[in-house]
Amino acid sequence: MSFAPDATIVLLALPAAAAALLAVLPSYRLSAALNVAAALAAFVASASLFVSAPPPNAYILIDDLNVVFIVLNTFIGFTASVFSATYIAHEIETGRLTPDHLRFYHAMYQFLLFSMNLALIANNIGLMWVAIELATLTTVLMVGIYRTQAAIEAAWKYFILGSVGIALALFGTILIYMAAQPVVGEGVPAMLWTSLIAHAPQFDPALLDLAFVFLLLGYGTKVGLAPLHAWLPDAHAEGPTPISAVLSGLLLNVALYAVLRFKLLLDANARALAPGPLMATLGLVSVVFAAFMLYRRRDVKRMFAYSSIEHMGIIVFAFGVGGPLANFAALLHMAMHSLTKSAIFYTVGQIAQVKGTQQIAEIRGLTVSHPLLGWSLVFGVFAIVGLPPMGVFMSEFLIVSSTFARTPGLALALAIGLLLALGALVLRMQGMAFGAPAGSTAPAKSSALPILAHFALVLIAGVYLPPPLVTWFQHVAQLLR
Amino acid sequence: MKGLAFDVSHLLAGGLVLVSFMLLYQDRLYALLNTFALQAVVLSLSVAWQAYVQDADHLYVTAFIAFAFKAIIIPIALHRIIVQLGIHRDVENVVGVGPTMMAGLALVALSEVVMLRIASDADVLAREDLAFALSVVLLGLLMMVVRHNAVSMVVGFMSLENGLILAAAGAKGMPLVVEVSVAFSVLVALVVIGVFLFRISERFESIDAEALDSFRGSR
Repeated sequence: MSFAPDATIVLLALPAAAAALLAVLPSYRLSAALNVAAALAAFVASASLFVSAPPPNAYILIDDLNVVFIVLNTFIGFTASVFSATYIAHEIETGRLTPDHLRFYHAMYQFLLFSMNLALIANNIGLMWVAIELATLTTVLMVGIYRTQAAIEAAWKYFILGSVGIALALFGTILIYMAAQPVVGEGVPAMLWTSLIAHAPQFDPALLDLAFVFLLLGYGTKVGLAPLHAWLPDAHAEGPTPISAVLSGLLLNVALYAVLRFKLLLDANARALAPGPLMATLGLVSVVFAAFMLYRRRDVKRMFAYSSIEHMGIIVFAFGVGGPLANFAALLHMAMHSLTKSAIFYTVGQIAQVKGTQQIAEIRGLTVSHPLLGWSLVFGVFAIVGLPPMGVFMSEFLIVSSTFARTPGLALALAIGLLLALGALVLRMQGMAFGAPAGSTAPAKSSALPILAHFALVLIAGVYLPPPLVTWFQHVAQLLR
Repeated sequence: MKGLAFDVSHLLAGGLVLVSFMLLYQDRLYALLNTFALQAVVLSLSVAWQAYVQDADHLYVTAFIAFAFKAIIIPIALHRIIVQLGIHRDVENVVGVGPTMMAGLALVALSEVVMLRIASDADVLAREDLAFALSVVLLGLLMMVVRHNAVSMVVGFMSLENGLILAAAGAKGMPLVVEVSVAFSVLVALVVIGVFLFRISERFESIDAEALDSFRGSR
C-alpha cells in the first residue's frame, strides 16, 4: 500500500528527472539506453496503479478511467523508446541527425512522456491544459528536428493549428470555471475534476454547453478530427518515425481523454446539451473524409496518418453514440488502434530507412526482399483495417453492431467508411508488399521486437480477452454512460 | 462605486476590442507591432482594474506580466527580428480591408449575442467581460486567417491570447496558476516562434508563410 502513492510521483518525477539528465549527457548510445530504462520504469509504476491507486487530492486524480489511458500510454512510450534506440543509430549513420540533435531529442522524448502523464493524472482542469500545451510544444520541436523544408512546414502548421486549438480549449476551461464558480465557490475547488463532477448537476447549463463546444473544437484539433485535422498528416510524415508512433498512439489519446472528461460533466447535468450527437457527427465526418483521402496518398507515413484520423473518428463516434456496449467497444478500439498503429509506424520507419524513401510507388516487393518487414506490414494492414481475428475487428464489429441496434443509418455510413478505408489500405499495401523488389535490399538494422510484441498483443486480444480486463473495461464503460 | 467599477472595466475591455480591429488593417510590420504593444497596454490596464475591483492582488502580477512581456519585451524582440531579416520595410498585402472589417463586426456581434444570452444569470460584469473577451479571441483568429506573413500570424495569435487573459481575469477568483501559465506559455511560444522564424529565414530567405505552402510535399 505504501508503494501506491509513490507510483504517481514516479510517473511524473522520473521522466522529468530523466529529461534533465538526458539534456546534458553527450553520448547518444548511453542516452538511448537510459531513455528505454526510464520509460520501462514509468510503465512498471503505472501498472502498479491497477493494483492500488492513491486517493485523489488537489493535484492528482487516479480513477478507473484514466488508469486505462496511463497504462496504455506508458507501455507504448516504452516500446517506442526501444524502437527509437535502434532507429536513431541509423539516422546518425546516414547523417540526417547529429549527436547534438539526439541529445535534444532524448530530453524532449522524456519531457513529452512527463507532460502526457501529467495531463492524464492531473485533477485540475487548468493543470491538465498546461500539460497538454507543453506536450504540443514539445512535439512541435520534435517534428521540426530534421530541418528540411517539409519538416519546417509541417512543424509550423502543427504549431499554428495546435496553438489555436489549445487557445480555444483554454477559453472552454475558463467557461467551465465560470459555470462552477457560483456553485462550488471561488478558487481552486472550482477547477478540480472531483468537485466539478460532484456539483455538475447544479451548473448553469447554457455555460456548460458553450464551454463544451470550445473544448470539443479545441481538444478535438489535437485529436485530429476533421475538419481540424490539417496538421496531423504533415506532422506524422515529416517527423522522426518514433515520434509518429508516439503521436498516433499516445498524444491523440491524451486529447481524447480530455474530451471524455468534459463529456462526463455534461452528461451529469440533465439540462445541458447532450454531447453525444456532436461527438458522433464529428467522428463520422472524420471517418468518411479520411477514408476518401486514403486513396490519393503517395507517401506511406502520410497514408497511415490519415488512417489515424479515421480511427480516432471511429473512437469519438463510438463514445458519442454512448451506452455501455459502444463505450466498451470504443475503449477497446482505442487500445487496439494504439497498439496496431504504433507497430505499423515502427514497421514503416524501418522500411523507409532501408529503402531511403517514403514514396509508396518506390517501395516494391517487401515480402521478397525483407520478409520480416514485408509480412509485418501485411499483418499490420490486415489488423488495422479490421480483418478477423485481430483485436480491431472485434472492437469495430462491436461498434457497428451496437450502433446498428439504435441508429441503423449512422451504422451504415460508418460501415461504408470502414470498407472504403479497407479498400484503400489493402490496395496500397499489395503494391508495397508483393511483386518484384525495387530499391535497396540492405537488411533492416532496427529491432523487430516492439513490432512483434504489439502484433502478438493485438492478435491475442482478438482471440481471447482476459476476463479481468473485460470487467475493467465494462466498469469504465458504465462510468462513461 | 459599483457603477464606476462597471463603467471603467467596460471601457477598457471595449478598448481592447477596438485595438483588435486596428490590428486587422495594419499593413506595415512596425505599425502592426506598435498596435500590438498598445493592445497589451490596454490589456494590462484592464487586468489591473479587475484586480482593484475584485480585490485580488494576484491579478496585479498578471497585469504586470502582460505589460512587461507583451507591451515591451515581445514587440522589441520582434522589431529586432524583422530588422535582422531585412523585412521591416515590407508592406504586406492585406487583402480586402473592407470585407475583413465587416467579418470582424459580424464576429463581435456573434459573440455578444451568444454570451449575453448564455450567461444571463451570471453577474453582469463577468458576463460583459466574457463577451468582449470572446470578441478579441475571434478577431485574433480572423487575423490569423487573413494574414500570410509569419510575423502577422504570430501577432494574431498573441492578440488571441490577450482575449483569453481578459476572460481569465474576468472570471472571479480564478486561481493564479492558469494566468501565470498562460503568460509563461506565450513566452515559450515566442521562443519556439523565434527559432522557427530564423530557421524559415535560413531556408527560404523569406518569412512569407505562403512560401511554405508552395512546397506541399508528396501527399
